[in-house]
Amino acid sequence: MSMNTQGRPTRIEHDIDPGGYETLSGSRGLDQAEPLLFERGSLEVTGVDLPTPKGGPNRLGSMKREGVIGLPGLAEPETMRHYVRLSRKNYAIDLGLYPLGSCTMKHNPRLNEKIARLPGFADIHPLQPERTVQGAYKLIEELARWLMVLTNTPAVAMSPKAGAHGELCGMMAIRAALDARGESGRRRVLVPESAHGTNPATAVQCGFFTDEIPADKTGRVDMEAFKAKLGDDVAGIMLTNPNTCGLFERDIKEIADLIHEAGGYFYCDGANFNAIVGRVRPGDLGIDAMHINLHKTFSTPHGGGGPGSGPTVFSEALAPFAPLPFIVKTADGAQLKMAENDGDADGEARPFGRLTAFHGQMGMFTRALTYMMSHGADGLKQASEDAVLNANYILARLKDVMTPAFDGTCMHEALFDDRFLKDTGVTTLDFAKAMIDEGYHPMTMYFPLVVHGAMLIEPTETESKSGLDRFCDVLLGLAAAAAAGDADRFRAAPVHAPMRRLDETRAARQPVLRWTPPVAEAAE
Amino acid sequence: MRYLPLTPADRQDMLKRIGAASIDALFTDVPEAARLDGPVDLPMHQTELQVERALSKLAGENTPASSVPFFVGAGAYKHHVPATVDHLIQRSEFLTAYTPYQPEISQGTLQTLFEFQTQVALMTGMDVANASMYDGSTACGEAVLMAARVTKRKKAVLAGSLHPHYAATTKTLAKYMDIAVASTAPDLDGLTGIAETIDDETACVVIQTPDVFGRLHDLTEISEKAHKHGALVIAVFTEPVSLGLVKSPGEMGADIAVGEGQGIGVGLNFGGPYVGLFACKNDRNFIRNLPGRLAGETVDADGRRGYVLTLSTREQHIRRDKATSNICTNSGLCALAFTIHMTLLGEKGLTTLAQLNHETACDLADRLSAVAGVELLTGTFFNEFALRLTKPAADVVDALVDRGVLGGVPASRLYPGEGLEDVLIVAATETNTPEDLAAFETALREVLA
Repeated sequence: MSMNTQGRPTRIEHDIDPGGYETLSGSRGLDQAEPLLFERGSLEVTGVDLPTPKGGPNRLGSMKREGVIGLPGLAEPETMRHYVRLSRKNYAIDLGLYPLGSCTMKHNPRLNEKIARLPGFADIHPLQPERTVQGAYKLIEELARWLMVLTNTPAVAMSPKAGAHGELCGMMAIRAALDARGESGRRRVLVPESAHGTNPATAVQCGFFTDEIPADKTGRVDMEAFKAKLGDDVAGIMLTNPNTCGLFERDIKEIADLIHEAGGYFYCDGANFNAIVGRVRPGDLGIDAMHINLHKTFSTPHGGGGPGSGPTVFSEALAPFAPLPFIVKTADGAQLKMAENDGDADGEARPFGRLTAFHGQMGMFTRALTYMMSHGADGLKQASEDAVLNANYILARLKDVMTPAFDGTCMHEALFDDRFLKDTGVTTLDFAKAMIDEGYHPMTMYFPLVVHGAMLIEPTETESKSGLDRFCDVLLGLAAAAAAGDADRFRAAPVHAPMRRLDETRAARQPVLRWTPPVAEAAE
Repeated sequence: MRYLPLTPADRQDMLKRIGAASIDALFTDVPEAARLDGPVDLPMHQTELQVERALSKLAGENTPASSVPFFVGAGAYKHHVPATVDHLIQRSEFLTAYTPYQPEISQGTLQTLFEFQTQVALMTGMDVANASMYDGSTACGEAVLMAARVTKRKKAVLAGSLHPHYAATTKTLAKYMDIAVASTAPDLDGLTGIAETIDDETACVVIQTPDVFGRLHDLTEISEKAHKHGALVIAVFTEPVSLGLVKSPGEMGADIAVGEGQGIGVGLNFGGPYVGLFACKNDRNFIRNLPGRLAGETVDADGRRGYVLTLSTREQHIRRDKATSNICTNSGLCALAFTIHMTLLGEKGLTTLAQLNHETACDLADRLSAVAGVELLTGTFFNEFALRLTKPAADVVDALVDRGVLGGVPASRLYPGEGLEDVLIVAATETNTPEDLAAFETALREVLA
């Protein structure tokens, strides 16, 4: 009797050395090689079924295209495989800890996705008659209310499409306010040297120039240097709080008072709001404008680099200059309407302009409000506390081996420098790449610039204690391996990722920014 | 709270390890006056079911495009998006990834961006494209800033038929950069007066085709004139499906092509998120001045082909105050949706889809222009056109709502006070059935009677 081969257990051959070999397909088991769409698809193939056009006369005039575009298509099953295979070459928050400092990679609840896809939100047009979208306006108003309460500010512009767009919104309002005061000569904006690169870039887009304030030895704004820079040409300050060293600016109220006394405004970069939501209201600290990254603090997914959303709150002083559009009540008070054009703004409003077509990132508004309502006032506060607790736990577990950049506790992210790697031959970059082999996305590295070989770790509140312990064990193990002189392992890393290190210099020196048909090769 | 894994016991253990007496001890840097005693004045946490009920109620107060005969366009278009697209963009690995800063574990995002850039370059007839912008309007504004950098000139002219939101966005972006941006009058007939504005100080002319009234424009002549004066031509589109049927911006001599990609793969979403497309000629000076992210090809340590973010010395995180733009984020997930939908369509599907859009719009134009009191203003168009009515268009649109038809955008909503009160902008797509067209015609006949 022959055995049924189905379900026969695989015998393990303990004595065979597989060696290293290249597979015939280029795949490595579940890590499947996947060519470009342009190498798989064909101009003749389509993955959609559409009715046959009638043909006949058209109204394109002389504008009809004659040539071929060159866009290949794939049948539906092939499309599915192409993109599923590619997806598997990505790290993601759903796969593991994603400790990118200042990026707030927290869990993205799927209820958010479900709500955003309700036809009443996803399938409405920004210019359809206003009485058919009252529910959408109410949702935007409700989200605006939550943001204003959480920040204790009287106004919020909802249209900015990302954090940097929100910065632009805030700084343009400052520019408009200065112009309205007849003080257009104020062009100098103070920016701490630990600031995100978007801060100086934004200031320049508003016609300002920046003046850097050094950090003191505790990682915060050097108050003496700050005071020395105040003057009647100062437009304001752009300050991230908690700052990019993961520290709360203790003197923030004094900074606000001094900048106001000097005739300037206080722009707060809200990238790190996740540390303080429900515990501290930035309006109480004296800020004049702050953008809120809904894609960080309020869990809308990062999507591999956007879309983001950056509503920007304003103080009384800047509120009149908020951009178009914004929601107002109809004359009879019965309905909501969108003030879309200059003539629609009444009373105090002196909008500085329009930042984008339509009304902002509705799809992010629905997700963020879903998240906020799920948490409530109590849950949001707990989330901030847990975010700070998790970061401090990591700091406590690592501080005797890795080298914290500053003394004391931190807020939502822990900053280390590379002193612990001194004389090991291992750099911050090598250390980060070794983390990839261990199954983790690296932390933010070489930022902020004020710290040598910076490693900025932000775990967020959605990590468990056991998960943090495993992560810390791995980092401690890597630090020990580096100290033990195992530098080659680090310099070779990663070896277990879909790719080894990529040659970024070559990419920049010989830019190949698109696929082109291999004409030359075929001709040879 | 269901999203927070720490237990009360965990929190106590962790505080002990940290050496903090309580959570408050970690917030002592907060100035005393700014410390809150209790929770802020907002509702407490809610269950999934409660949240879903509350927000579904708000969603129910809106009229979805799919539920009625729907003809609203003017910058955002109702198209069918295959189910595959929404499934794939919800893959955890795409949805919950960050910007691909670690290319070894981000090839999924990077390769799809490279595919996106190639598709956009092909469709627009340009050489290269970036990895997307926030939306079409901000892409338009950034294109004007780029043209000013490239030409080292400070004057831009916008066609009056450029979507007014795009014009306003561009003017805002340029406002403090010492770039003078002027618009010609809203022009229902063509491009009157644009060519005359071009001189040796002009950085760029910006022309939308199909324009906000739906009219198609050939840019060939104006490109020749602009180039003679050393000025650039920026071609703008708000309906990417049109590129399946009409001449591309590159074919007509444009230097930069920007537009809204929403019509392919991305739903209406009440105005956002969308995906800005940005493409230009292959010129060193252009590429050095591009805003936004770029994915590029390279090899890894084993010589295997892979992709990275590249030419980042243009960008804010490296260049800070000397960056080409303050942009940090692109519109990654929407770009992915665009690319997947375009992959499903292929050239064959895109051409057919465009043809169906055009035919539906032609049918609708025939039906509506036969109604007494309606004059068709747009001779050549793709899937959108303008009508002159014998009654104010805003009132007509309102009366159409009562008859269950969402019948377009009154031009006065976009151009208040410009004497366009009697103009209605109407779009038709493959999603409109013959019954939809008949319903619109009947309702309009009643309203204008």
